[in-house]
Amino acid sequence: MSGFSRLTLAPSPHIKTEEDIRSIMTDVVIALMPALAIAVFTFGMRAFIVTAVSVLGCVFFEWGYRKVLKKPSSIGDLSAVVTGILLAYCLPVTIPLWVVIIGDFVAIVIVKQLFGGIGKNFMNPALLARAVLFSWPVMMATWAEPRTALPVFKTPVDVISTATPLSYLKGGNMPADSIMEMALGQTAGCIGEISAVALVAGGLYLLYRRVITLRIPLSFIGTVALLTFLFPKGGADNVQFMLCELLSGGLMLGAIFMATDYTTSPVTRKGQIIFGIGCGALTVFIRYFGSYPEGVSYAILIMNALVWPIDKYTRPRVFGTARHRIGGR
Amino acid sequence: MPFGFSGGIHPEESKDMTRGKPIETISAPEKVVLPVIMHIGEACAPIVKEGDTVDMGQMVAYSDAEISAPVHSPVSGKVQKIEDALYPSGSKVLSITIKNDFEDRLHSSIVRKKYSAMSQEEIIEHIRNAGIVGHGGATFPTHVKIRSALNKVDTVIINAAECEPYLTCDHRLLLERPGEVLRGIRILLKALNLKKAVIAVEANKEDAVKVLKEKIGEKKDIEICVLNTRFPQGAEKQLIYALTKREVPKGKLPVDAACVVFNVDTAAAVCRAFEIGIPDIIKTITVSGSAIANPKNLMVRIGTPVSDLIEAAGGFKQEPNRIIMGGPMMGVGQSSLDVPVIKATNGILAFCEKEDKISKNPTCIRCGRCVSVCPMGLMPIYMYMYQQKGMLDECRDMDVESCIECGCCAYECPGRLFLVQSFRTAKQLISEARLREAQRQN
Repeated sequence: MSGFSRLTLAPSPHIKTEEDIRSIMTDVVIALMPALAIAVFTFGMRAFIVTAVSVLGCVFFEWGYRKVLKKPSSIGDLSAVVTGILLAYCLPVTIPLWVVIIGDFVAIVIVKQLFGGIGKNFMNPALLARAVLFSWPVMMATWAEPRTALPVFKTPVDVISTATPLSYLKGGNMPADSIMEMALGQTAGCIGEISAVALVAGGLYLLYRRVITLRIPLSFIGTVALLTFLFPKGGADNVQFMLCELLSGGLMLGAIFMATDYTTSPVTRKGQIIFGIGCGALTVFIRYFGSYPEGVSYAILIMNALVWPIDKYTRPRVFGTARHRIGGR
Repeated sequence: MPFGFSGGIHPEESKDMTRGKPIETISAPEKVVLPVIMHIGEACAPIVKEGDTVDMGQMVAYSDAEISAPVHSPVSGKVQKIEDALYPSGSKVLSITIKNDFEDRLHSSIVRKKYSAMSQEEIIEHIRNAGIVGHGGATFPTHVKIRSALNKVDTVIINAAECEPYLTCDHRLLLERPGEVLRGIRILLKALNLKKAVIAVEANKEDAVKVLKEKIGEKKDIEICVLNTRFPQGAEKQLIYALTKREVPKGKLPVDAACVVFNVDTAAAVCRAFEIGIPDIIKTITVSGSAIANPKNLMVRIGTPVSDLIEAAGGFKQEPNRIIMGGPMMGVGQSSLDVPVIKATNGILAFCEKEDKISKNPTCIRCGRCVSVCPMGLMPIYMYMYQQKGMLDECRDMDVESCIECGCCAYECPGRLFLVQSFRTAKQLISEARLREAQRQN
């Protein structure tokens, strides 16, 4: 009765869920597509090219790094693709392509691979790369007017620039754009952050696919909503101001796609809520009192650094250790 | 209605292949291989020699240690050899091979015993002599469990959860022989000197609940409780919590929560030991999986080679990739079909290659799914990390010793980490270190 060609002998469990790293990353890429569609609609093909170059750069650097150091290839898990898309989404569409490549290098080689690869980075690669790219402050803040023609490959010169809703708010004024324009994505801003509707749609898809839970996005956005509602600047109407803050800048992109990054967020329930609240509070703090109009990136990066202590202090209760439940009668 | 516990998973049930198939008794094997230890505790020593003729039900291995259970021959025949043989765990164990003479001569010790006329002590002794151990898979000697529970428990739980996917033998037992189960429970109650027991059944066995309730009728000594279908609902601690809201304290046993749990098939074995007089020599087993031609529920004698079971289920319809003894979540992988059915065997599963989900580079992405599904409230992500780095003190502080090895964490892990194996290793190393420390202090 023998004569099998090969039997796998492995420890239990012998059945596993269908989802693996690659399927999760694929879901994230799908969830990010609506935002890309809006970006191309609003900024033209350049938005697509910047994103594509960013993805190719990230994949290349990851492949190259692993090959040079003779480690097993990891580009199959598609996490480099996700990083590429997310990095592109936090850049203005006018960014020169060579700057994008530098950002890819920082994100993949420095923030991720040097620390050990996927699962080992202690800060969000796309966000830390973006922070490094602020070394070119003018390029990082050249906002193109929506629906104007832009060169697809060459770096735009003489851009018809405009102010983003966030820069209005920083100056203590209400944005020139309407709430509807901000929600749909007809304002200036970074490639992936302009359309709250598209990002929320992606978020709902991720919730449905159980890639993320509501805990971080809800506590993050909820905290920003609460603080901006209670403390509107410039004597504006509470609700109006709150909505403007929620729909401008990288809040939706950050709360739904960046703060929920597995590697750089807590694994405990309580920890995730604390993390979200911390991100929200820091975002508002930086937006109100910091010198940058945008607080989301730095808020998330700061909270990233606190993830391990948060995990340590929010350990779930181990079964059999609650005093009032021990024993019988 | 009591519910469940936090954590756990909902894998595909995969019970449709066999839940409608009545238990079939397969023809007796040509030879049986009986390991001298099929239970938790001290190994037995053979009390027969090569060349001896034995009868069906005759005791062939015994130990007078307290935590032990004798081994009996399930066939009549001749002792062929007594030597180390492959055991389902992968190691070699001293085993008695008996060649079946197909006469099924009953041994003189096989007599019907009226338990109502026996004292508690006599009942417990008879259970001991019958070699009955826990049939849920843990194989703890039943007489020891009863003794340690005397005057210390108020709740008797009969575990009919059968939460592992694919397995349906307990379900069929309830449908086809409910009387045997109930009478066995009553014997256990008498042994414990208690009045009530509760049978815990998962909601995917509604038909069994009906059959049991009809059989119990107006009597009040046995209750049925239906629990949510979730894995690992049948795990002892989770079961006790679901039924009584008591948590077994960390590091302790059910008796410390005033509960005692018996598998439903153990109760059936207890009944047979009194009503017919036969010792623990029969198992009901589900043979299933994508590689099996005719998945079935079988009643077999212990010691039967697993290859006989596969044959009785129509053989392989596809080349198998994995062969498992037990359920898919906690069962043990097999490298050969030349292993015997033991008292712990509840299932034989065979899966094909395309279902296999192994990664060449298991990687942790810190997704935290493992933490959210752990029914014991542990953090597999960090226990794994500490174990990999050899930081055993930190691992112990993360309560790795509370791990019940259910496999929920590894099931969910998208990085395909071998989490359960990591924790088994950690527990082993920690207990070895503790032993060395204790020896050093003496």
